[in-house]
Amino acid sequence: MNARVAGFPIYTLVMAGVALIVFIGIPLTTNSFQTFQFANVAAFVIAIVGLNILTGYSGQISLGNGAFMAVGGYTTALLAAKWPLPFIGFVPYGYTIPLAGLVAALLGFLIGIPALRLRGIYLALATFALALAVTPVLNNYDGFTGGHAGVFLKSATPPFGLDLSNDQWLYFMCWAIAAILYVPAFLMLRSRTGRAWMAIRDSETAAVSSGISLAYYKTLAFGISAFYAGIAGSLFVINNAYVDPDSYSLALSLTLLIGLVIGGLANVWGPILGGLLVVWLPYFAEKSAGFRLGPISLGGKPDIEFGIVLILIVFFAPNGLTGLIGRGIRWYRSKRDAGRGAAPLPAPAVLEEATQGGEPSEIIG
Amino acid sequence: MIELVAGNPVQAFVQQVVSGLASGAVYASLALSLVLIYRAMDVANFAQGEMAMFSTFIAYALITGFHLPYLIAFALTIAISFGGGVLIERVVIRPFEGSSVLTLVIVTLALFSIVNGTAGLIWGYVFKTFDSPFQFGAVHFQGLYIGYQDLGIIGVTLVVLALVFVFFRYTKLGLAMRAASLYPEASRLLGVRTGWMLAFGWGISAAVGAVSGMMIAPVVFLDPGFMQPVLLFAFVGAVLGGIESPLGAVVGGVLVGVLLALLGTYVPGGENLRIAMGLVVIVAVLLIKPAGLFGRSEVRRV
Repeated sequence: MNARVAGFPIYTLVMAGVALIVFIGIPLTTNSFQTFQFANVAAFVIAIVGLNILTGYSGQISLGNGAFMAVGGYTTALLAAKWPLPFIGFVPYGYTIPLAGLVAALLGFLIGIPALRLRGIYLALATFALALAVTPVLNNYDGFTGGHAGVFLKSATPPFGLDLSNDQWLYFMCWAIAAILYVPAFLMLRSRTGRAWMAIRDSETAAVSSGISLAYYKTLAFGISAFYAGIAGSLFVINNAYVDPDSYSLALSLTLLIGLVIGGLANVWGPILGGLLVVWLPYFAEKSAGFRLGPISLGGKPDIEFGIVLILIVFFAPNGLTGLIGRGIRWYRSKRDAGRGAAPLPAPAVLEEATQGGEPSEIIG
Repeated sequence: MIELVAGNPVQAFVQQVVSGLASGAVYASLALSLVLIYRAMDVANFAQGEMAMFSTFIAYALITGFHLPYLIAFALTIAISFGGGVLIERVVIRPFEGSSVLTLVIVTLALFSIVNGTAGLIWGYVFKTFDSPFQFGAVHFQGLYIGYQDLGIIGVTLVVLALVFVFFRYTKLGLAMRAASLYPEASRLLGVRTGWMLAFGWGISAAVGAVSGMMIAPVVFLDPGFMQPVLLFAFVGAVLGGIESPLGAVVGGVLVGVLLALLGTYVPGGENLRIAMGLVVIVAVLLIKPAGLFGRSEVRRV
């Protein structure tokens, strides 16, 4: 296992190669609806990465990240299809994506300021109210937002004469943006900032005593989280070429939290599993509508399935699916090493856990 | 009943306050059920509204499906809700006793999802009407019109609150439950079965919530989402009154009801902005007086 190519272990390179083949293979082998769904997975991954920063790493419970997605989504919809700017006209949708992130980030900072004084359950309550408020507020200002009727966008077509279908283009665009956004998140969490967030999460008192500015790092987490949510919201609108206030119900915010917890809180790879799950579990739930208990169909009810999976995960695998997979890999390695007669090495596992932020189970004491 | 009000602005104002009291009574009872659970185990039960919604659907099924008279259906629903609350605590909540806030929030949200989905599975998502047990009409008093329905809601809520108060204040079981939530270790040493006290707490809370659901259902339409705004306003009431204080929850809930009624009348677009106002009130209370009107300020040991 010590063979290396250009400094990387062969094992890692093989895994990366497989991942790349799967990534490119998906849009070539699936039908257009499935490709479209996988594009939505990318948007969910981005939103869940944002929530992971806020809730998983900095320990601030947010049930309201759907509101930031709404801001991002409506920024894109209004600029690209409802309100032409003077001299420019409608903004091409591609340019609205970063704008959506920035506008959402601004709102995130603003909400992060009062949230500074709220902790634990109170923050959960306030963000819960935020999540519920989105739809009626959007409906109320219907002159500006288009209200119930929603806003239709022109569907996104591949640029530069690329020979791709619309859905394939959406797929590659969303995943490219997800990959680009993953890098700063990944680096940030391993930097001073990430360590400060985790310190705040584990004990605010200890963090303050070590000279960490709560105000700065907590509002920063809100702003960055909202930025990611805003981009995700924008991509959703572009994918669907439509937006209406009902898209931003409480269910959306809950879906993000469900994806995060099932994928794995405070784990870098958790959002990818979480994103896959929240998009595809409802799909398979629909498919399984054949399961019947007397007159009642047990299929097609992802709410129930999500709830049950969530409780089971929190009870049996508090670190989510990624935690389970990590445990499995460690178990396999210790078996293998024991089989070779070498003493099992706990060190890599411990190291891995430390760099991944450890267990988030004691977030708020 | 609001449109009947004549030009007199003072009378119009009083009329709004009175009709706000009725919805406030509903928020108050749901807020009380939230506080009962919060005091027992330091968790805001996000599934409280959905549990009340489910109870209301049970009442609906008993009345329309089994053709039971309202009063019998009402009593049966309360009993079933109590049982359901106990069951939920035993099966779903008990494994997570003493977990972190985030874990408990996630578990109650999971419960939210399950209860909501189950109601949709059984009763569907089509709006249903829930007939009012109270006569149509209104009392005329000094130029005010007070609907029988509003009076009925206020009356039923007062009875429920009185019963809860008497139970906790004057019965041995109530005393044991208070002891178990305040001093769990000492109570256990004295022979109180604290685990079951928690379960009873959930049962009572579910029963009180069921009453709030059955009271508001004739005013709104019945569907699996109908308690979500009510839950929010109950949270607002509980936070306003101090989330540890049952009296505070009741006062806070009523205040929220009145506030929203006034908002709906005097602010253009106020109907749509009710939930946003709830958000504003929660944040304002937590910033200005985090302990609420009746709560004690939080002391943390470092």
